[in-house]
Amino acid sequence: MKYKALTAFAALAISAPMVFAGGADDDTLSIDGQEMISKTAAPAHMAETGIDTIMSGWHFREDDTQAMQMDTFDNPGMIAVDQATDAWNTVDGTAEKSCASCHEGPESLAGVRAVYPKWNADAGEMRTLAMQINNCRTEQMGAEAYKYDKAEMTAMEALITVQSRGMPVDVAIDGPAAEYYEKGKEIYYTRYGQLELSCANCHEDNYGNYIRADHLSQGQINGFPTYRLKNAGLVQTHNRFRGCIRDTRAETYAVGSPEFVALELYVASRGNGLSVEGPSVRQ
Amino acid sequence: MKLTGISAAVVIFATAAIANPITPGEVQFDEYGAIQASLSGSDGDAASGAKIMTSRGKGNCVACHAVTALNDAPFHGEVGPTLDGIADYRSAEELRGIIANAKMTFEGSVMPAFYKTSGFIRPGDGYTGKGAKEEDLTPILTAQEIEDVVAFLMTLKGS
Ligand code: HEC
Ligand code: HEC
Ligand code: HEC
Repeated sequence: MKYKALTAFAALAISAPMVFAGGADDDTLSIDGQEMISKTAAPAHMAETGIDTIMSGWHFREDDTQAMQMDTFDNPGMIAVDQATDAWNTVDGTAEKSCASCHEGPESLAGVRAVYPKWNADAGEMRTLAMQINNCRTEQMGAEAYKYDKAEMTAMEALITVQSRGMPVDVAIDGPAAEYYEKGKEIYYTRYGQLELSCANCHEDNYGNYIRADHLSQGQINGFPTYRLKNAGLVQTHNRFRGCIRDTRAETYAVGSPEFVALELYVASRGNGLSVEGPSVRQ
Repeated sequence: MKLTGISAAVVIFATAAIANPITPGEVQFDEYGAIQASLSGSDGDAASGAKIMTSRGKGNCVACHAVTALNDAPFHGEVGPTLDGIADYRSAEELRGIIANAKMTFEGSVMPAFYKTSGFIRPGDGYTGKGAKEEDLTPILTAQEIEDVVAFLMTLKGS
């Protein structure tokens, strides 16, 4: 046992200069001139993680990718926001209503993105933003639910997200949320798949390091939905979770599954204090 | 006459060895995590080992380790230590053990086990995201591929 620990330490000591070559940059993120909180003190519940500063994934990207997010006109994710604005005003379903019929302009939902996933007391369930949007579609409008991670949904999330841009993420983890927080946390530290890697192995133990061409971030979700240049489209939180788990040669959970709802709440809570900055731009 | 007898014996020996690689379940690690005998029963091929280390579907070792000798393949990672000069301080037996299951040498290591087929949580069918039954799992690298990687690593001597 002692011997094992010693060899591991020796290996790390030898490679120290290499291991610490990466890291977050010191640039300042502002979007259309509005400064974002992209680095801040970790929330109290993260004390046991050893992370004292939480950082947006933006700090780990290349300069040109970063620049695209700093100006609304350069951000390809904003096209979806325009499309969702049309959808917002379009009557759909048996109740012959649009989102605008009840909520007026989308700006009436300012602050909403920052506190989701959120416990819905009437329904007795933890709701992600996507679940809430679909609830309004099916229960209030008599319209068909959007598929959980399809373009219409991701665009509507982006529209609602933009209304909260700059506001600090502030999801509740106490009261009825506590059990979801615990479940999400357990998933975060589980070493899945044939590669036996947990979210924490990559995003807590190794953020700042390169894993092949990717610069590992803290895996924060304050920038979601993200426009991924690789996919040429918006990517939802649960799609990202699925991709990361798939890459451990594991069986993933489904988008919208109870496991991913809990994981989303937990990961969101690790970003409490960072600005909502979606739709962000990533490679 | 004598010569024929010898080569016949060599052929028989080699065939027997190839037909009987040590399966992942049978591997014996010593108390430091090393594996004494070749997993395939044969020597490794260093050139093949270099290819395995850089190909994504195989070892993809450079995802986490920098290796100057493999600089033709771009984007080496920094999650693990550089493997330059590794043969100066690690034996073939130790390297075989580390590749087969690094957790036997470094407790809790993030380095995946490349010769292991059981004890996983929600193992998948390759990188499809779909589930796989444990009995259908194959190790990420074959016995011979591990020997090839060991052979390549043994060429990494320091300045
Ligand atoms: C094998 C390493 C690995 C594992 C395990 C892993 N990820 Fe990732 N993840 C990455 C890489 C690489 C990226 C892309 C670079 C980055 O943003 O960190 C990424 C990106 C992300 C992002 C996007 C961050 C952004 O700013 O856009 C989120 C969120 C994320 N991961 C969450 C998770 C969660 C949750 C888990 C566990 C269910 C997980 N990851 C497991 C490697 C991993
Ligand atoms: C017929 C009325 C009606 C329509 C149409 C409607 N909503 Fe709602 N919406 C509500 C009510 C009422 C609530 C609050 C009730 C609740 O929490 O369940 C709500 C809550 C929300 C919330 C959560 C706000 C919060 O503070 O947590 C979001 C997000 C939302 N709606 C989005 C939409 C979108 C997007 C559409 C169109 C696709 C839409 N709604 C259409 C009535 C409506
Ligand atoms: C996901 C990351 C990852 C991958 C992939 C990976 N390794 Fe490692 N490896 C590590 C880490 C981290 C260590 C350091 C040991 C520790 O403390 O966990 C290590 C240690 C080692 C060591 C011991 C180094 C020493 O100084 O004693 C060798 C040899 C090694 N790896 C070879 C390989 C080979 C060969 C492959 C591919 C077949 C590979 N690794 C794939 C992360 C990885």
